[in-house]
Amino acid sequence: MTDDEQEIFDKLSELLQPFNEKQVELKPQTEIAVDLAIDSVSVMDFVMEVEDHFDMDIPLNVLSDTHTMKDLISVVQARKKT
Amino acid sequence: MVDLLDKNKALMERMQRVAQAGSRVGPVNEKLLSPTRAMIDGRDTILAGTNNYMGVTFEASCIEAGQRALAEHGTGTTGSRIANGSYAIHEELERELAGFLGMKHCIVFSTGYQANLGMMAGLAGPKDTIFLDADSHSSIYDGCTLSGAQLVRFRHNDAADLDKRLTRMGDTGGGHLVVLEGIYSMLGDRAPLADFVEVKKKHGFQLLVDEAHSFGVLGPNGCGLADEAGLMHEADFVVGTFSKSIGAIGGFGASNHPLFETVRYSSKPYMFTASPSPASVATATAAVKLLAREPERRDRLQANSARLFHGLRGLGLELGCDEVSPVIAVKCADEPSTLVMWNELLAAGVYVNIALPPGTPGKLCLLRCSVSAAHTEAEIDRIIELFATVVAGKQLTAASAAGA
Repeated sequence: MTDDEQEIFDKLSELLQPFNEKQVELKPQTEIAVDLAIDSVSVMDFVMEVEDHFDMDIPLNVLSDTHTMKDLISVVQARKKT
Repeated sequence: MVDLLDKNKALMERMQRVAQAGSRVGPVNEKLLSPTRAMIDGRDTILAGTNNYMGVTFEASCIEAGQRALAEHGTGTTGSRIANGSYAIHEELERELAGFLGMKHCIVFSTGYQANLGMMAGLAGPKDTIFLDADSHSSIYDGCTLSGAQLVRFRHNDAADLDKRLTRMGDTGGGHLVVLEGIYSMLGDRAPLADFVEVKKKHGFQLLVDEAHSFGVLGPNGCGLADEAGLMHEADFVVGTFSKSIGAIGGFGASNHPLFETVRYSSKPYMFTASPSPASVATATAAVKLLAREPERRDRLQANSARLFHGLRGLGLELGCDEVSPVIAVKCADEPSTLVMWNELLAAGVYVNIALPPGTPGKLCLLRCSVSAAHTEAEIDRIIELFATVVAGKQLTAASAAGA
């Protein structure tokens, strides 16, 4: 991971902690909903925290193709640029 | 090859856990005795989770209208509204509803769920953006997805959060639709409509209010939250259902927009399904007339709601919202204890809804009551008494156990 990716990963990990009830170890390839066994509403609530922190909109449509931490890092990076 | 239903194994385990706790999640009504009572497991049970707000399901005028329509128009229409399924009685219902709402146009859908699917998909397209409240009903989410629009979720009942998101989004080159609900089905809270209208004035979006739980219930004319708030003119589109205060099945969308009738041809959930059955349409029309004729039903619902709200709060229970509403949800500690209490309530003679995540906001476990104008004071008092025995005792025990 680049420094930028690492920084986003660390922030996402922090924001994900309240939803990570099973304290699953987070890696770039972690599948957020599946590996953490969290429901669709919790995923959307988590993404809302990400939106607020990075001051960006992540439309729900984007989430259907976003599964892993790495996917979400890419989404954040792409939307930071625009 | 992977078995398609393998992914449902966790769901099966959850269903089995629920069954082990003592009952089916959807108990069977063996015989309906009235709008507020049924025989369940051989017991006369008070129904306090039916969304039958106006208690019209056994009204003589509605039953008679349904029976007549069944005899005169047959059992089903066997076709879509845009083919052979448009009858004079469908148009009569649309005129009746438009008149009730004081709006120019009304389109009837075959179910409430389809009304939201059909309205979202009929109004918005891939170039548009829909801003939806985080606590929106599943039919709104599904309708938004079907529309292909860009979907932005804002924090529940938070007009400032919507303002922030609209500002951040700016001009997208497409339309912006904001979707709110009159009364939210799980916690019973209302949208702060005046606050959202201020944001509307600033950003100029189009506003849809889903009055599923508030149509017939709120406002001086019973039109819903927008009516109660005196802001009917700010609701560009209103959605409602017949399966709650109307006591039938079906739904509608209404608007003053001059192009609204075109939604009939831009909405697949309207076009590619059979139109509602004659009996359902006729009972709905009779119920709309009844609600217009008997506004005192709203007063009775309000009085019953206040009685249950204050009764349950008096037991020290934590409720879903702080204002009196016909939806009164009791917050519980966790899924196992909620299941136990729900089963005990049912065994003791009251049916309420059990609501669990992810169907609830904030991962809440709820025992959800909905009040009817047809409940007697004695029935409301009995519901409170059973919550006192079954729930208040448990909650206090849990609290003291946690404190020990």
